[in-house]
Amino acid sequence: MIGILKNRIIKGVVTRPVKADPEIEKLGAELKGLMHKKFGRSFHIREVDTGSCNACESEIIAATNPIYDIQRFGISFVASPRHADCLLVTGPVSKNMRLALKKTYEAMPGPKFVISCGDCGLDGGIFKDSYYVENGVKNVLPVNAHIPGCPPNPVAIIKAILAFLKK
Amino acid sequence: MDEAYIYVKPGNFKKACLYFHKKLNSPVVAMFACDERRKNKCFRIYCVFMGVKCKKWVFVTMDTAEGASEFESIARDIHSAGLSEREIKEMFGILPKGNPDLRSLRLHDEVWPEGFYPLRKDFNAPESLGVEKKEYVFNKVEGEGVFEVPVGPVHAGVIPPGHFRFSVAGEPIINLEARLGWTHKGVEKLFEGKDVNFGVKLSECVAGDSAFSNSNAFCHAVEKICKIDAPEKAMFLRAMFLELERMYNHLSGIGGIATDVGFSFPAMYASVMKETLLCLNEKLTGSRYLKGVNIIGGVSADLTLWKKKALLKALEAMEKDFRELKGMLYSSVSFMDRLDGTGVLKKKTAEDLGVLGLAARSSGIEKDLRKDFPGIYSKIKFNAAKEYSGDVMARLNVRVNEFEESVNLIKQFVDKIVPGSVISQDKIEFTGGIGLGYIEAWRGPLLYWVKLNSSGVIERCKIADPSFHNWEGLCYSVLGNIIPDFPVCNKSFDLSYSGNDL
Repeated sequence: MIGILKNRIIKGVVTRPVKADPEIEKLGAELKGLMHKKFGRSFHIREVDTGSCNACESEIIAATNPIYDIQRFGISFVASPRHADCLLVTGPVSKNMRLALKKTYEAMPGPKFVISCGDCGLDGGIFKDSYYVENGVKNVLPVNAHIPGCPPNPVAIIKAILAFLKK
Repeated sequence: MDEAYIYVKPGNFKKACLYFHKKLNSPVVAMFACDERRKNKCFRIYCVFMGVKCKKWVFVTMDTAEGASEFESIARDIHSAGLSEREIKEMFGILPKGNPDLRSLRLHDEVWPEGFYPLRKDFNAPESLGVEKKEYVFNKVEGEGVFEVPVGPVHAGVIPPGHFRFSVAGEPIINLEARLGWTHKGVEKLFEGKDVNFGVKLSECVAGDSAFSNSNAFCHAVEKICKIDAPEKAMFLRAMFLELERMYNHLSGIGGIATDVGFSFPAMYASVMKETLLCLNEKLTGSRYLKGVNIIGGVSADLTLWKKKALLKALEAMEKDFRELKGMLYSSVSFMDRLDGTGVLKKKTAEDLGVLGLAARSSGIEKDLRKDFPGIYSKIKFNAAKEYSGDVMARLNVRVNEFEESVNLIKQFVDKIVPGSVISQDKIEFTGGIGLGYIEAWRGPLLYWVKLNSSGVIERCKIADPSFHNWEGLCYSVLGNIIPDFPVCNKSFDLSYSGNDL
């Protein structure tokens, strides 16, 4: 316990300002206000993997680590679609996941949004026209926004979500 | 060459497989078919064993009779062949006669019509899907008070999809069946008919957390077939990046084990360390997941002087942080108590199932390709990790040891790297042929068996990810444990969904 406390004090706060764009802190602050109005303080995301290679998941998790700490902007990932405002979908949508994805979407309360993440979520990407993929999320659900990249890095994910909220 | 192909008549196939299984003391590491009907009017079936002592990969090979699409199953005698035979049946429609379990693995009955076999050369995708109203039948446990708990495919965390069916009576798990295949994308079919450069790109997307291992194994296979010699410097760099990949994944796994027992401080600490390593990867190669580094004949990123300095500095800081992390974990009695004796995978079970890699080394099976087929690792000092108890604690210890060993290895590699070219200067001349590329990825041995035609087009690419056999190991290790311990058992194996489902 003492070790942990000592560590906590020595390490201090590791959260970095998202360096790639100095605007983002400002943007974040601005959007926090916006979200206060639009979503009652918080924006909850349910993530569904529909056949991604897991690099996108790794980056989404990285966005919640103490360095990027996406929660500080009021965005959090929830365990159930019932609690979610938005569905974040990775992968090209394999045939097996089509039904599960639809059911997850139907389980969400309205108003609801869908964001696709990663190049293969847009149109199948490198897996395009395989016999077992649906060539992107847009062929299964109405998509409101897309995060490009293979995989998009945490800064790109945070930026894209904030830009979407601003819309 | 380290591959030995032994062609046998169909009648002798089983006998030959049993002989090598016993003689080499090796499970079936991969078993696959190849559609040769256009040329030889038959399907060719390969069964691969790993000969550690003789330093050879033994391929027992047979052709099915002309016009026939069946062969005699070996699964009743060699358990580790069972899943592969199901895969062959599903993808090629070749019946393994006598296999007790022929249910589908990846092409789920609910969406995929019968009679369509994707890896046959004359395959055409079915026009309509989802009309089949068949249902997958799970193994059933019956008795008073036994009930089933279905979990998935969509889970609570940010993780890939899989369905787990627990049979329980009270708290302890009596049976667990994992139904996977949800992320099947038809990767092996996508390789076919493409050139090798596209193959490298595609292999990086097979499993995102081992992008480098996958492309490394693929390049290894192609380089072996076309007899391209990557310069020694490129080999050192590849090994160095492979260890960097191992390090960030082990951190994510160690943190995950702590998260799954509710010990969040070290988990966060590990996630900060992982992020530091990903940023280091980006600094060294331009990609956080080391994508685009491997190319046929070498690597695309050189270790310049300033990169070398940055790397050594980062490693030093990493070592110090890791000591802190270890201190936090090992000094918490309740944490240790939770892991000790949880999710035991016995050595015998692991051997029978063909469990490989990290999970096998935790159960006392001392196999590591870096030691058994060393390649460039023969030029440096390497100590393989091993544990005997087979529980979550053992798997954590192996990961901790391997992390520390990786730091040592990278330091040794950096010393060996001298100025020079990082890519083979020879002109690439494609010769048709077959070859096996292999690498000890962080989960375990990863194999790519590639068949090229004379113009360098991929005719068949079989990927054997260690997860394929290890998922079965997980299902056995949780027996007798309680469902709330399943997440930590699962995380200790840390298997790939995407690499398994392909």
